[in-house]
Amino acid sequence: MTATVNRPPESGDTSARRPRDLAQFGVCAVLVVVGVFLLVDAMNLTAEFAKVDPVGPKLFPVVIGAGMLICAVALAIATLRGSRAEPESGEDVDVSAPADWKTVGLLVGLFVATIALVDVLGWVIMGALLFGGAATILGNKHWIRNLVIGLVLSLVSFYAFYVGLGIPLSAGILDGIL
Amino acid sequence: MDNLSWLLEGLSQAATPMNLLYACIGVLLGTAVGVLPGIGPAMTVALLLPITYNVSPSAAFIMFAGIYYGGMYGGSTTSILLNTPGESSSVITALEGNKMAKAGRAAQALATAAIGSFVAGTIGTLLLVLFAPIVSRFAVSLGAPSYLAIMLLALVAVTAVLGSSKLRGCISLLLGLAIGLVGIDFLTGQPRATFGIPLLSDGIDIVVIAVAVFALGEALWVAAHLRRKPAEVIPVGRPWMGKADWKRSWKPWLRGTAFGFPFGALPAGGAELPTFLSYITEKKLTKHPEQFGKGAIEGVAGPEAANNASAAGTLVPMLSLGLPTNATAAVMLTAFVSYGIQPGPTLFDKEPLLVWTLIASLFIGNFLLLALNLPLAPLWAKLLRTPRPYLYAGILFFAVLGAYAVNLQWLDLALLLVFGLLGLMMRRFGLPVLPLIIGVILGPRIERQLRQTLQLNEGNWSGVFTEPIAVAVYVVIAVLLVAPFLGRLVRGRVGTPATELTREKENA
Repeated sequence: MTATVNRPPESGDTSARRPRDLAQFGVCAVLVVVGVFLLVDAMNLTAEFAKVDPVGPKLFPVVIGAGMLICAVALAIATLRGSRAEPESGEDVDVSAPADWKTVGLLVGLFVATIALVDVLGWVIMGALLFGGAATILGNKHWIRNLVIGLVLSLVSFYAFYVGLGIPLSAGILDGIL
Repeated sequence: MDNLSWLLEGLSQAATPMNLLYACIGVLLGTAVGVLPGIGPAMTVALLLPITYNVSPSAAFIMFAGIYYGGMYGGSTTSILLNTPGESSSVITALEGNKMAKAGRAAQALATAAIGSFVAGTIGTLLLVLFAPIVSRFAVSLGAPSYLAIMLLALVAVTAVLGSSKLRGCISLLLGLAIGLVGIDFLTGQPRATFGIPLLSDGIDIVVIAVAVFALGEALWVAAHLRRKPAEVIPVGRPWMGKADWKRSWKPWLRGTAFGFPFGALPAGGAELPTFLSYITEKKLTKHPEQFGKGAIEGVAGPEAANNASAAGTLVPMLSLGLPTNATAAVMLTAFVSYGIQPGPTLFDKEPLLVWTLIASLFIGNFLLLALNLPLAPLWAKLLRTPRPYLYAGILFFAVLGAYAVNLQWLDLALLLVFGLLGLMMRRFGLPVLPLIIGVILGPRIERQLRQTLQLNEGNWSGVFTEPIAVAVYVVIAVLLVAPFLGRLVRGRVGTPATELTREKENA
């Protein structure tokens, strides 16, 4: 039996043996930012048909935003009292190993490049770079082979979408050649 | 026309060569993604949503249904041969299934899972034929107040009942509701939470959110924690069962079905609880208690049947009420919306042919799964050895393709990245994904329903409580919210069933 199946529940464990999971304050911060944004945004809305629409456009954003602030406080308290998050496990996920944020960072960088360049270079080139780059970042060192596989995938998807679904993906600088 | 003739009509629609082809593609694709780590049926249907622009609704739903059932089946293969279940619903199968495989009985474990899935899926679909039209007819008679209450119940149930931490469920739900707010307010026409970006005034495309949270979030999370050494796959030949195995399997199949279907049909019932109930039941009733924990076939047969029956049960609220109770159903509902079909109680009246074709295709898909998967098992086992860099690079590639194809604009890709990072954060901090998706889908519908109800009652809040069903549902919601606190009071004295379940799970 691997640890994946048999991991005892961790949430609510208040034992002092393990360090507090202080990174959870990051979640609190996200909640506060989104919650405050919703509240501020809601202030700019005007209720127009107040008589028949007592809820108005404001109520839902206000309730959700306030709920987020309450949850942020609750999570902060729970964190300080020792509540730990239970990271999601899976077939390929080794939760016990330290997180490899460098790989994640490189992938996010590749993704940002894709967003910036997809309209210019077109889907075929960008898709090949995306697949080849991601496979290389994830540990396959044969980068030329990775790029070739990526090129095949992006060419096939380009024509499948164009011919099969009638969706013209961006051709970019290859416009006229494809 | 009555239900039976509609079903036959649907069957003749589903059995055209073209639709059979879609069913085949669906079950093969579904099994493949169920077997492959990192992707599941919800993500696959999400990635395939662009086909809704070009393929007829019935063909698309036949394929989606195949993916749904196939994914359930494929998950069991992974559990048995790899012992690291990808979905929570196949955790229990791994307990005995992997022990069987290690003892050289992988073929029998796969066979009882496949045949049990077929039996449970077929009975479950028959129950769906029986119950969905009744629920739908009942639901049509309900007015807006009751419908509002039922949607609220689904939200509360998914958040408060499932998952280990209610606080984290709540956070996830609120994030989903916030995403649902983005766009033009339907009554006053004012943009809400759009950052002044005109492209956001139509709201954020649910395809983008689903692909981001399921596919990108998962790929990034795996990238952060990729196993250096992939787990050992146990080789297997063609699945088969001896006479003794049949004798030990058929009762667990039926009992598992009985557990699975009702839980699947309940809002937030899910597959985790029925698979576990089935496991402990079989452990109690077995004539071979010494084998439990060492590879008892009953412990695979029962939970696998429960798993598939709950998948069929999930379709009852989805088709008759328009309520999603798991992630795949949620994504399938967005497919209805993208065809301009309003999911809800009127679906059976307005689109009878589509619904019955979909149901008929479930029978066909089930049969195809059995016919294809018994001979193909060695191939699926090979699929488990897919090099991980290619697998996750492929997921990223198709995620970008799926999100880009929706509107062909880079803003969608930027949103994909933002919500992908959100999905990564949720996995790191144990925030469940399902409440978020349900929140995105149901949040706007709840707001609309509430405000329209109030409008019809000239702004009078008492209008929300005019129907007895609505009041009854609010009572259920109150009980759900209060029950945990009462449970905590009791727990001090007696061991609750829940804690006993966990204890049993750890001993297994």
